[in-house]
Amino acid sequence: MAKNVVIPIGPQHPSLKEPACFTITLEGEKVVNAVVGTGYNHRGLEKACEARSYLQDIYIIERVCGICSHIHSTTFCQSVEELAGVEIPRRAAYIRTLMAELERLHSHLLWLGIAGHEVGFDTLLMYSWRDRELVLDILAMLGGNRVNYGINTLGGVRRDVTPEQIEKIRKVVDIVEERNKYYVQLALSETTLAARLGGIGKLSHDDAIKFGAVGPVSRAAEVADDIRVTDPYSAYDEVPVTAITDNHADVFGRTVVRVLEIMESVKMIRFCLDNLPDGDIAVKVPRKIPEGEAFVRTEAPRGEDAHYVRSNGTDKPDRVRVRAASEANWHGMKHMLEGDYLADVPIIIAAIDPCYSCTDRAIVLDNHDTGKQSVIDWRTLREYSINWYKARGIDTGKIKIADSHLIF
Amino acid sequence: MVALFNILIFPGFLFLGIYALLFEYLDRIIYARLQNRMGPPWFQPLADFLKLIGKEAVIPAAADKHVFPALPVVALAAVTTAFLYVPIWSGSSLLPFSGDLIVVLYLLTIPTLTFFLAGWYSTSVYATVGSMRALTQLFSYEVPLFMALLSPALLADTWSISGISQFYGAHPLYILINIPAFVVAIVACQGKLERVPFDLPEAETEIVSGTFVEYSGRFYAVFKMAINCELVVVAAIVSAFFLPFYTANPFIGFLLFIVKTVIILFILAVFRSVMARIRIEQMVKFCWKYLTPLAILQIIINILLKGVLPL
Amino acid sequence: MMKGPGKITGEVLRHVFAKPATISYPKGELVIDKNYRGKIDFDASKCIGCKLCVRDCPANAISIENIGTKEDKKMQLTLNYAHCIFCCQCVDSCNKDAISFSPDIELAGINRKDMIVKL
Ligand code: SF4
Ligand code: SF4
Repeated sequence: MAKNVVIPIGPQHPSLKEPACFTITLEGEKVVNAVVGTGYNHRGLEKACEARSYLQDIYIIERVCGICSHIHSTTFCQSVEELAGVEIPRRAAYIRTLMAELERLHSHLLWLGIAGHEVGFDTLLMYSWRDRELVLDILAMLGGNRVNYGINTLGGVRRDVTPEQIEKIRKVVDIVEERNKYYVQLALSETTLAARLGGIGKLSHDDAIKFGAVGPVSRAAEVADDIRVTDPYSAYDEVPVTAITDNHADVFGRTVVRVLEIMESVKMIRFCLDNLPDGDIAVKVPRKIPEGEAFVRTEAPRGEDAHYVRSNGTDKPDRVRVRAASEANWHGMKHMLEGDYLADVPIIIAAIDPCYSCTDRAIVLDNHDTGKQSVIDWRTLREYSINWYKARGIDTGKIKIADSHLIF
Repeated sequence: MVALFNILIFPGFLFLGIYALLFEYLDRIIYARLQNRMGPPWFQPLADFLKLIGKEAVIPAAADKHVFPALPVVALAAVTTAFLYVPIWSGSSLLPFSGDLIVVLYLLTIPTLTFFLAGWYSTSVYATVGSMRALTQLFSYEVPLFMALLSPALLADTWSISGISQFYGAHPLYILINIPAFVVAIVACQGKLERVPFDLPEAETEIVSGTFVEYSGRFYAVFKMAINCELVVVAAIVSAFFLPFYTANPFIGFLLFIVKTVIILFILAVFRSVMARIRIEQMVKFCWKYLTPLAILQIIINILLKGVLPL
Repeated sequence: MMKGPGKITGEVLRHVFAKPATISYPKGELVIDKNYRGKIDFDASKCIGCKLCVRDCPANAISIENIGTKEDKKMQLTLNYAHCIFCCQCVDSCNKDAISFSPDIELAGINRKDMIVKL
């Protein structure tokens, strides 16, 4: 094949769990050009937040990401607490930290499984997801749901941790640690895994800084940036944290960073359980938040998560801006993909642990022919698409499209 | 009449079809249990098959109208024909003739070629990449597979599968000599059957389902059937070569056939559950660097032994 | 540490006769923690109709109505659990403990209208 082939990975593709389109130009099996196209999953969450009260927004914000839900609501709550000038009780801070680390456990185990699946190693997927299930059960027990725990509230947490629950957590953490030791060993010794993960998706130290990569992607390139260390929040000022780094700077390095971070999280969970202070779990926060703006950064399992909240003195925020971790990691994607094989594309994409809908904000529609921008309403769009198909000889008569007022 | 019965019912078409569905079930349940899952219920492969048959079959506008639907049938026909030369209830197959080994090996290459053509005629980019991979892969595993099956034949001094089976049935200890060939055969079969770690032509997470991406409905059902039948035939051949234990009683012999093929299936299932899919260039390198030399070594050993052993 | 392919083989073979970690749903035992937040329950006798719950619901999933008379109040809660996100903020917001959560999670249905229930 002398000619270059253009392959679209997405918007619907088995290796992508959410829609995004990667247009890959191939020379043989080598990627010579990659275009990252996101924007298929815009949900208007930021706007939705402006229409609701701060208390309701916690639940909206929690649904920004399906995996790092707790960290988003923590960040939002911290922003609002900063605006309101309240300090949360220590016990609440510890419970938030505990939840955040449990979340990191389940997120990294999930990622390990996905990585296994992308390289055709389904057994790893099944095993790590089985172990993740234990963590999810714990989270459901503590928060009341498997992924959107809803444990945060303005001024603290909604549910306390009982001694029996602590015992259960300890048991699960022991099992997960045991299992994870095995995964660390497996990741380091299985040659087919090393052959598939090593040397691909390179993002060097300098490039990681240049593209503003965050989280495991940058830490795998020896950029020791971990908000838990550099800018401690919740109880991280007391809980001992070490930023795990690695010098591989490739997908293998990201795997190593993640599996070792699980070990680190296990230690932190134990510390939290041992040193859980007594006291209240929440303080009261007024419904109306004083005027001002707050910017808070936290460390999500995928990297730095930043929220900006502006208040105008009412009970609804004036502006909420979410910068999820994946958004920062997209910029280096093109660089990581080019020069590798087509077979590596899914795993390289998966290696940043992308979260597409967290990333998608408003999109601008360009007119391909004129380059002009325009906004069209539902009815015109529908007419346009029907005519588009008619012009191509496709009978649209039988297709029933609901009118806009019927869609909710 | 007997010939017709043999071809259509037992051990031909119908038996192979049913056994292939059973085999798919076993493969899936073993794979699931190895991964600590429940796995599908026993009727799942049949249900899948019937569902596919009932679905609309779409022929892409850009695909060739005649070749596209014909390919699955060709694949299935080739595999079913190959099955007639494999011993089932005794040491001898239905229609043994000297040289049927070569015929079977070529018949088993036909499905892979149809996969290639299927991808090529679908004209979709995923399918094209998949078909290129299928062909590249074919050139890598076919040589070691042929050599791995020919070296036992060398020792037995016959080109007929039944003959080889009977020879090793009479001298069971000689099987031990062929252990390297057995290893090569199992690995190469994994490539032939396009299973992990060599499932590159249909690598789901990379190129959707590769060569089959445009196939749907009954065309895909027939293709899937052909793949399952191929699994049965390959397991049967490998067991005829490397596990040649027989009894005179056809009924017990038949049970033995089932046990032997399931053992081979189990090995294949374990094999696919313990590894990651490798890249195409790694696959080629692996086959030529490790598999082929091992197969050549086996041939040399067998040639030398043939001079030494009192045969 | 020895490197090589198929490192997981031992682990895999150990699972041949192990009890599977999954169940064939809907058969099999379903373990739901009692703390799980499923469909909400409503105790009409405790409700005073202050509608704090309605105000705080992020999904506009509940409404409270007085179906009795002005003197003899009888509150009715209408829940659209197709909209409900099971956050249980309504449970926290209610000062009279009139709403509680239950671990009932098997709520799937095929008709959107069936998902609007009066409690
Ligand atoms: S908050 Fe409680 S008392 Fe008030 S209306 Fe709701 S259920 Fe009734
Ligand atoms: S659980 Fe949440 S979403 Fe559901 S009714 Fe209560 S407040 Fe609304």
